[in-house]
Amino acid sequence: MSTEAPARRRDSALLRAATTWDAAIIGVTLVFLVVAAQTVEHFGTARNAGYIILDLAPILLLALAMTLIVTTGEIDLSVASTVGLTSAAMGVMWNAGMTLEAIMPLAVLLGAVLGAVNGLFITGFGLPSLAVTIGTLALYRGLAYVLLGDTAVADWPRLFTGWTLGNIGEGAVPNVLAPMAVLAIVFGLVLHATPIGRSVYAAGANPIAAAYTGIAVGRLKFWLYVTSGAMAGLVGVLWTLRYSSARADNAYGLELTVIAVVLLGGVSIFGGKGALPGVLAAVVLLVSLQNALRLAHVSTEALTVVTGSLLIAAVLAPNAASAVRGALHRRRRRTA
Amino acid sequence: MSAVGVKARTGSTALDLVLRFRALGLLVALTALVAVTTAVNPRFLGGQSVRDVLFAAAITVLLACGMTVVVLTRGIDLSVGSVLGLSAYVTASVLAESGMPTGPAMVLGLAVGAACGALNGVIVHFGKVPPLVATLGTLYVLRGVVYFLAGGSRINASDLPRAFLDFGNGRLLGVPYLFAVAVLVLVLVGVYLGRYRSGRDLYALGSNPEAARLAGLPAGRRLMTAYVLSGSLAGLGGVLYAARFGTVDASAGFGMELNVVAAVVVGGVAIFGGSGTVLGAALGALLLTVINNALPVLRIDQFWQQAIIGALILAAIALDRLVSIRAARALRQKGSHVD
Amino acid sequence: MSRIRLLRYTAPLLALALVAACGGTTRDDADDAGPADEGASADPNADFQTGLSIAMLPKSVNNPYFDASSSGAEAAATALEGTFEYTGPSDASASSQVSYIDTLSQQATDVILLSANDPNALCSSLDQARAGGSVVVTFDSDVDPACRDLFVSQVNSDEVGLALLEMAAGQIGGDGEVAILSATANATNQNAWIDVIESELESNPSYADIELVDVVYGDDEDEKSFSETQGLLQAHPDLSAIISPTTVGIAAAARYLSGSEYKGEVALTGLGTPNQMREFVTDGTVTEFALWDPTALGELAAYTGAAAASGIITGAEGETFTAGDLGEYTVGADGVVTLGPPTRFNADNIGDFDF
Repeated sequence: MSTEAPARRRDSALLRAATTWDAAIIGVTLVFLVVAAQTVEHFGTARNAGYIILDLAPILLLALAMTLIVTTGEIDLSVASTVGLTSAAMGVMWNAGMTLEAIMPLAVLLGAVLGAVNGLFITGFGLPSLAVTIGTLALYRGLAYVLLGDTAVADWPRLFTGWTLGNIGEGAVPNVLAPMAVLAIVFGLVLHATPIGRSVYAAGANPIAAAYTGIAVGRLKFWLYVTSGAMAGLVGVLWTLRYSSARADNAYGLELTVIAVVLLGGVSIFGGKGALPGVLAAVVLLVSLQNALRLAHVSTEALTVVTGSLLIAAVLAPNAASAVRGALHRRRRRTA
Repeated sequence: MSAVGVKARTGSTALDLVLRFRALGLLVALTALVAVTTAVNPRFLGGQSVRDVLFAAAITVLLACGMTVVVLTRGIDLSVGSVLGLSAYVTASVLAESGMPTGPAMVLGLAVGAACGALNGVIVHFGKVPPLVATLGTLYVLRGVVYFLAGGSRINASDLPRAFLDFGNGRLLGVPYLFAVAVLVLVLVGVYLGRYRSGRDLYALGSNPEAARLAGLPAGRRLMTAYVLSGSLAGLGGVLYAARFGTVDASAGFGMELNVVAAVVVGGVAIFGGSGTVLGAALGALLLTVINNALPVLRIDQFWQQAIIGALILAAIALDRLVSIRAARALRQKGSHVD
Repeated sequence: MSRIRLLRYTAPLLALALVAACGGTTRDDADDAGPADEGASADPNADFQTGLSIAMLPKSVNNPYFDASSSGAEAAATALEGTFEYTGPSDASASSQVSYIDTLSQQATDVILLSANDPNALCSSLDQARAGGSVVVTFDSDVDPACRDLFVSQVNSDEVGLALLEMAAGQIGGDGEVAILSATANATNQNAWIDVIESELESNPSYADIELVDVVYGDDEDEKSFSETQGLLQAHPDLSAIISPTTVGIAAAARYLSGSEYKGEVALTGLGTPNQMREFVTDGTVTEFALWDPTALGELAAYTGAAAASGIITGAEGETFTAGDLGEYTVGADGVVTLGPPTRFNADNIGDFDF
């Protein structure tokens, strides 16, 4: 990839830093998987791999769009609430007698509209994304409760719920892996091999410079929020069918996990830095770690503490590393 | 308003006006809400009902004061709910199990909060971890610690000393002790932010961190102060929570951070630092509490509560933006007249 | 232009991909979802197997009620020389319970004791667990009967509803406005009891002067229940009694009443634990309330699961088994085993209980 951009030395340095962290997190994930498969009973089975893939699907799908948003230096805390609201809306539409074939695209569309509302507040009115999406986090979850209250809609057709849990052919690979892989590749290509992706990095690294080079930063961010909302709508569909239950509290609190994996994957919260492979590895690491801890009878408290610590460590570690590098560099310069 | 007056008192008057406008706006909203609710049900202004509001608002006001201080520095403290839970559980369990006297136990709860705040401060300042990430992490970690300490146990009111519970539910001249404590804290933090050098520094740090550092402000010490203060107030909130509710389990304060952030934002404290007052934040907290208590009286489905909070946050930040654009335009115009 | 178009097309594309993929798949989980031991016959004289692995999965850990249940189940597991594990999520959500069920079924746990957060969301996981040979016994809160082997009910719904109404009526002299402070709006148990109360109020002439004016939901959260109580008293100035059929609700309501001017004026009854309510019975806020013993409930659930795993029962109506010191129990319709009538607690007997 670096051969593609000979004229942008500064960017390639950024890219190099990101790749190092990428390589590290991918390495850690692989080592963890191997060690866990050897030491934790039942971990290395095809069946368990299936469970892990099912559990990570919503996190991964939300993390794809979140990676792009965080790379532009913004954040979207409302994704889990958007999942909840689309799920609740699906329940209402199903109760009203609509067919699932009609409901699913509408749910994704609803997600996109909710994302557009975020985008409008953030890019149209110039408000901080943190505050806006904290507001919509509460608003969307609240509207989900207004729609469905505490009731659940559960009579989804077996054909669809069975698909979300089923495997491809007669094998052990879950059906959901196929759309997930396609989307991951699409997002990866967009971020790393298209002008859109370069604009995303540019907008995050230096929005003013990006604007001067002719990138419509506002419009770019707006469409990223629409995409994020649409992905959340898709997750709403998936979640509802996987658990055959449309509820207002679906995916409650999931935004924290999504942000945790994005940061753990090496995306800088300040924008401009990060790559998708690292984020994908981080998703696999977090979910399989939780899975392994459960299999090893480690208590729930430990899971909570591990998630929080990983989140802090994800940012602390590169900071510490760069501080050490900086110190070494200074010493080398002094001795030279 | 005469142009002379404006000129003589420089640009800060416009800012003052904006801030006062927010407090004023909140008061108007509060009055309107209370008036409507009272019209529906006159009991809403009854002694019992007003006391209920004051009791319920006390802890949120307390936490909102701490949050304001952190937000002023361009930070945020999402861990307050977990800190409150930890402090409440520690305080209640030492009172119930070790027979520690009430006074020292309350100080212990406060110290637990201060320690958690210091942890946040260290991660943010020395670890250079953005406050959002750091406190999101400690939100998890500290809740995990509460789960670990409490397990499935619950401390019941009957396990706690009478004097402690009396403090939590008692009143002085009709005003709950809890609310009096919150008002006292509000005044102290307000005076600190407004009148003391280190308090003013927090505003400077928030409006322009680079400039503040270049001007020689001890940024690290100020940041630590802000986080320790926020942690301590959450700790104090935990002590009051235990005294008020008597029942404490591992879920105490769960999800409270959203309400506190909402109160602060609605109260006109800018999320990117540098402007806002504790009075505004406290009024924000009061407004949210009154909404909360008015919904059942107005027979509005309780499910609307969270949606209303969300809408209020959006409205508040949009309003801030509008006001600041107008203020900037007014300043520009004034500037061009002078030239 | 092109990048916007690309982004714009992403969303519908995803939906299409999902729809298309769904259409092409015909595998139906319902086909292979039958319980593993369907058709097996019960041997009422068989002995309990030793060495069974029994796991209890509560709605959420960190809940005193389920802590008490787990100690009962652990005692039963020890008595049967089996192993016991108490595991579960820290948040009471259905999706997190699914992960725990998957884990337990992988570990080929013999007996899973479950209090469900959602009657439907857990079914496919439970089907898999049962296909793998686990016996699934729900307790406290049931799932769709097709997804489990047996359900251990704390009490018969009718008995709870009637007991609640009887206590309330007795405390207000059979005349006045009554309101209910429930758990969540879709809580299966509470809704069944409320239905019983409503129909009894309509049909039973001795309750003709009692009017049910409101049902509110405290979501089993302490603070919310507390403020809902406040709201009730403000909205209904002539309220005579509050019935709260949930332990969290009654404790919060009692705390509010005991510190307010309504203490002694508005009667409060419902389902609560003696340890939480002791203070309010002593200070006169509450006269009488009821509950079953959660420890005994856990113990019975463990014995029921072990009996099913040992082939003593299959879940068919009329089968009997002995649950240790608790005595003999009979399986009712739909595979339901009922613990017994609720115990009532008042100033005279509350000192005898510790849970």
